Amino acid sequence: SLLGASLSLSAHRCIQLYTTLHRRTCSSGTAPRITTHYTIHPRDKDPRWEGIEMERFADEADVVIVGGGPAGLSAAIRLKQLANEHEKELRVCLVEKASQIGAHTLSGACLEPSALTELFPDWKERGAPLNTPVTEDVFSILTEKHRIPVPMLPGLPMRNHGNYIVRLGNFVRWLGEQAEELGVELYPGYAASEVLFHEDGSVKGIATNDVGIAKDGSPKDIFERGMELHAKVTLFGEGCHGHLAKQLYKQFNLRENCEPQTYAIGLKELWTIDEKKWRPGRVEHSVGWPLNRNTYGGSFLYHLNEGEPLVALGFVIGLDYSNPYMSPFREFQRWKHHPFVAPTLEGGHRIAYGARALNEGGLQSIPKLTFPGGLLIGCSPGFMNVPKIKGTHTAMKSGMLAAEAIFSKITAENVDSETTGLHVPEYSDSLKSSWVWKELYSVRNIRPSFHNYFGLYGGMIYTGIFYWILRGKEPWTLKHCGLDANQLKPAKDCTPIDYPKPDGKISFDLLSSVALSGTNHEGDQPPHLTLKDDSVPVARNLGIYDGPEQRFCPAGVYEYVPLETGDGMRLQINAQNCVHCKTCDIKDPSQNINWVVPEGGGGPAYNGM
Amino acid sequence: MSGRVLVGVKRVIDYAVKIRVRPDKTGVVTDGVKHSMNPFCEIAVEEAVKLKEKKLIKEVVAVSCGPQQAQETIRTALAMGADRGIHVEVTGKDYDTLGPLQVSKILAALAKKEDAQLVILGKQAIDDDCNQTGQMTAALLDWPQGTFASEVSMEGDKVKVVREIDGGLETVKINIPAVVTADLRLNTPRYATLPNIMKAKKKKIANVKPADLGVDLTSRLEVLRVDEPPQRQAGMKVETVDDLVGKLKETGHI
Repeated sequence: SLLGASLSLSAHRCIQLYTTLHRRTCSSGTAPRITTHYTIHPRDKDPRWEGIEMERFADEADVVIVGGGPAGLSAAIRLKQLANEHEKELRVCLVEKASQIGAHTLSGACLEPSALTELFPDWKERGAPLNTPVTEDVFSILTEKHRIPVPMLPGLPMRNHGNYIVRLGNFVRWLGEQAEELGVELYPGYAASEVLFHEDGSVKGIATNDVGIAKDGSPKDIFERGMELHAKVTLFGEGCHGHLAKQLYKQFNLRENCEPQTYAIGLKELWTIDEKKWRPGRVEHSVGWPLNRNTYGGSFLYHLNEGEPLVALGFVIGLDYSNPYMSPFREFQRWKHHPFVAPTLEGGHRIAYGARALNEGGLQSIPKLTFPGGLLIGCSPGFMNVPKIKGTHTAMKSGMLAAEAIFSKITAENVDSETTGLHVPEYSDSLKSSWVWKELYSVRNIRPSFHNYFGLYGGMIYTGIFYWILRGKEPWTLKHCGLDANQLKPAKDCTPIDYPKPDGKISFDLLSSVALSGTNHEGDQPPHLTLKDDSVPVARNLGIYDGPEQRFCPAGVYEYVPLETGDGMRLQINAQNCVHCKTCDIKDPSQNINWVVPEGGGGPAYNGM
Repeated sequence: MSGRVLVGVKRVIDYAVKIRVRPDKTGVVTDGVKHSMNPFCEIAVEEAVKLKEKKLIKEVVAVSCGPQQAQETIRTALAMGADRGIHVEVTGKDYDTLGPLQVSKILAALAKKEDAQLVILGKQAIDDDCNQTGQMTAALLDWPQGTFASEVSMEGDKVKVVREIDGGLETVKINIPAVVTADLRLNTPRYATLPNIMKAKKKKIANVKPADLGVDLTSRLEVLRVDEPPQRQAGMKVETVDDLVGKLKETGHI
């Protein structure tokens, strides 16, 4: 009965309030040391590091690229194409933290082939894995039991006519092969962990991660320093919310004239399904259930055509959500049970899982892109077209434009630069006059239009009028709401969400999902999820927000466990589970978590995700 | 004494990856899956490089049998300190049916050809868990073997090997030339760091075909089917010992 339900809810709230107060006030244990990483506890003051050889081997290249994703690889390829065209020698080195190119790539994805056709007009003959042209485009608004179809009229951003469903990891792997053929030096398994600077403050290059540091931060017998790669220009293509980019924003004040970036988390699975249910080329998107109208997000389900009946499906949730009890993973799992979705998966078999943060800020959140010695490319500064949910084509184009802007400068006889590291502001100019900018300008107001009382429905009406009819030509630019991390409301003001238990056939528990990502890290290394202050998680994150990191991390890295002695809780960081999605660094309400790169080669082992 | 050590390295699916059986049940999915050097082979390479650093041997040669990608594994061995590599090209169906018997024939032929005084291998590969190649290689060469080594030391023209066996540790002294297989506790392999990977690109990898070594790759084994392990069935709880005996009789267990 309704009375019974509301009584048990109040009882639950009372217990919840008591437990929170109890945890906050009765913690009798001392905060155990969690963070041992040298970025928080410097080694020059650490007695365990006395006498350890810290000299690094250094090598010179013309261009160093950080990140082997669509942007980084497109930049590398374009540079080599230009070098061959002009018969110039150019040493291009690319470092990538994944053990193989494509292993950390995760996306839906419906690829718009525009940038690819510019890069390789003969991509089909070269065997680019674009095997699934989109044949059907279906958009729905879901309610708990039903579905409202929305026609995909030409001109709507979500329409995919002319695009291809791809497994982006395979596409990136193919780009890697093209790059190697052109003579790019690819170094997967080596993470760029430090930016190096000249005396004049310009970027000199990067240093790769040290290896052989024990979990407590001390050097092991097999300790070896990373290596320095120096370059005339360094391109940073770390993808959404890169950790070196985070440093560069501060160092060069690149964000002083733009809005903070806003993000979403995307979770994805690959399923082999019953052949009878398979409709290759079919693209399905939905909004609505299970999210309420004020939480931005939706689902995708794509039928691939690569031999076996494979579907890629997933869920995206804006990280500006306010309820700390929200669990993006569990929203994804329960969405799969919707009567419109479940039949496709029944009788099928889940074969992969992963997650990654993505940009939602659009034009308003693009920082300054160039600084002495370096450039930002791809999803790192963030060129995603949010309503289309496509960022690969713009990332590739940004890499290509960067290559073109740099090329003339680095091959010039007399280098025209005030600083030793080359400054290439021409990149920014050429990007602003390209189709990337036009595209992002036309959709700039769609995402922010969701910040109104009617939430999703207000946003859709705005899109219908101003984008579909007026093509984004309205003279105003709407603002976002500030940092995602500041949007959480205290736990006491929010209602816990009652998620259904996974049934083990369509929905699953977190740990078996993480196992499918193939993620692994060397266990004996300092946790790469570093905390600026070890006492903040229990005091603030748990005390005020009931530990939201337990719920927003798609890999079960963060757990609040009881102290071994005494009352109270402590934060346990299962760093080995990390899938490098960056959500924690983005959404931590205390902004206390700083994700740094672990030993190269660690992380997920995605295969064609 | 040539002072040359032959080390076999195998490219296997990375241990942390969840394996999936191919829909046609003939094997597991390997396309695009993360591969790395077999962990026991890493230990073998490390031991060989350590012997060279102690100046007890002069040259470390890394060998791998397989398709083009096997060269990546050899590169890693070179980056760890091996001097040169030999890639024995085995592709397609031959690679699918490649097993310890054929590999040991290849290694035996190479050991003779290279005049190796020691062959160091991992004790087993983590994909097939055969634990046969080292032993077969020694038998084909008629050389002594020190398997499951947790300690290796050279003593003149003999090798002292401390072996991990079921009951504890066994120490054997065997004549050179010999075959040694590495077990987990033999050493902690060093990282293949980037400067070494770059240097390794300049080291030589020779290409050899099994036919050149006079080895016939025909397999004596035929894989009929590959299946996932059966799903674990739920158990049953009973209240008393009599119930237990009754249930066991019912299901025909006693």
